[in-house]
Amino acid sequence: MNAWIEKQRHLIDFTLASLARRKAKNLGLLLVYALLVFVLASVALYTHALRQEAAQVLKQSPEIVLQRMVAGRHDLIPPGYLEKIGRIRGVQSIEGRLWGYYYDPVVKANYTFMAPAAEAVKPGTLVVGPAVARSRGLAPGNTISFRAYSGKLFSFTVVGVLPHASELVSADLVLMGEADFRAFFEYPAGQHTDIALSVANPLEVRTVAAKLASALPDSRPILREEVLRTYASVFDWREGIVLALLSAAIFAFAILAWEKASGLSAEEKREIGILKAIGWETGDVIKMKLWEGGLISLTAFLAGFVAAYLQVFRFGAPLFEPVLKGWAVLYPRFELVPAIDGLQVATLFFFTVFPYMAAVLVPIWRAAITDPDSAMRS
Amino acid sequence: MIELKQIRKAFNQGRPNEYWALNGIDLTIEAQKVTAFRGPSGSGKTTLLTIVGCLARPTSGRVRLAEDEISGLPERFLTDIRRSTFGFVFQQFNLIKGLSALENVMLPAFPTGRPHRELRERSEALLDRLKLAHRREARVEWLSGGEQQRVAIARALVNDPKVLIADEPTANLDTTLSREFMGILEGLHAEGRTVILTSHDPLVVESAAVHRVVSMRDGQLTEG
Repeated sequence: MNAWIEKQRHLIDFTLASLARRKAKNLGLLLVYALLVFVLASVALYTHALRQEAAQVLKQSPEIVLQRMVAGRHDLIPPGYLEKIGRIRGVQSIEGRLWGYYYDPVVKANYTFMAPAAEAVKPGTLVVGPAVARSRGLAPGNTISFRAYSGKLFSFTVVGVLPHASELVSADLVLMGEADFRAFFEYPAGQHTDIALSVANPLEVRTVAAKLASALPDSRPILREEVLRTYASVFDWREGIVLALLSAAIFAFAILAWEKASGLSAEEKREIGILKAIGWETGDVIKMKLWEGGLISLTAFLAGFVAAYLQVFRFGAPLFEPVLKGWAVLYPRFELVPAIDGLQVATLFFFTVFPYMAAVLVPIWRAAITDPDSAMRS
Repeated sequence: MIELKQIRKAFNQGRPNEYWALNGIDLTIEAQKVTAFRGPSGSGKTTLLTIVGCLARPTSGRVRLAEDEISGLPERFLTDIRRSTFGFVFQQFNLIKGLSALENVMLPAFPTGRPHRELRERSEALLDRLKLAHRREARVEWLSGGEQQRVAIARALVNDPKVLIADEPTANLDTTLSREFMGILEGLHAEGRTVILTSHDPLVVESAAVHRVVSMRDGQLTEG
């Protein structure tokens, strides 16, 4: 066992000395390799964390949202709909929601105005999302005026700013009382924007949705799991776009790595002949090259992955944020909770380390089985 | 003792450019003596050396090392024998560029798994003995021809082989360095090692340090 360990130590020593001989070339390769892992890992870590974040936030959202459609467009829910739904078995609670969009010409951004069901926000007051507070410089106690679409000016007192933790979905939110909301948008009394339903048994969600669709044929039930799936596919799509844009770089690296790893120079072939002549076995030469490939690819993988982790979770992914998060005037500012998917890491490892190892091994195998007497004839 | 019986060696066998480098060699090489193969280029000296040193297998014929027949052994066992029994000094020295003299000397012992410190001490002692202690950390390409050859000799001795094989050892050396090499050769013989070399340098083959000269031509022995 000791001899085996000593032997591996000798092989690693020789590998390191060999790598040091072609310092510039190997460092360049290591750098490009680590950069590739960094880019791929950044995209993977960031989108995974975003998906996790979205799923976490949507956990609190209702199981079903019902929207009324007129001519294929979203329309207001007329009075009486809430009562009709009340009779469907399995529905735990129903809530008519009031929300809408408001364009603020001051910051050239859209806000989402919403009236929470319970009278949580008193008349004449507002609770604003963190991005709204930032962009308008608001703090509790400030007064703010908005000109409604009708042309009338409304003034409110800010009584609170929503917590930072929910910023992914609450960045542009403005909460107000129901009466204020109806007055501001001149919203017809008794009508709602949509209806949120909570269903206790997750297995019944689809059944309830089917019942809703048949009871209210002009309405469209939207399930939470569908929203989650949509979010996931939006992030997947963005991840795909980034990877597609990066594919040229990935291919360039693949060619570089293959060239470096597989193209044995005459000098390297000569060295293998010498090593065999002075008593190295074919297996020793292959092991030495495996160490070389392993050291390069593992170092690059670790360096790239750690750098990606720091970039995403410590520095907020400045490189890929605009593409992966989406575009908006009011960017949500939030820190992602570090989330690593083991399968994702394994996949990344497989697709970055294995091809390199294969590229190292195949030509070495051919070179290593050459006759040792070639050294005598060189 | 190394015994060769009816050794024949073909290159490119079965092809139009088939070439027989050795044509029925019967030879016994005595242990603890210095034997030189002499002959013109293409006479088969180096090919014979590769077969004696287990670097290649004969196409036909038998090679016995002490009492063991080794010509039919698979590559792995041949490598073992090569590593433990033979040390090689090649015509072009064949040192690995970019590595230091010391690292080059240590190379043949790496697959044995000998403890690093012991191996380093042995290599340093060999370089010291060959008056190269001060150059041990120098890259081999910075060394002179004579120094490179001494590194090659130290490398050949690191596994303490019984037999030293040298192919045209003085081909790249001037007269002074060649004499120096012959001095080293005498020392190795005095230690009880067998030395087998090829040369057509009169300074080598006519030297008193060489006990037997075997002449070759066209893949056959002509005298010795």
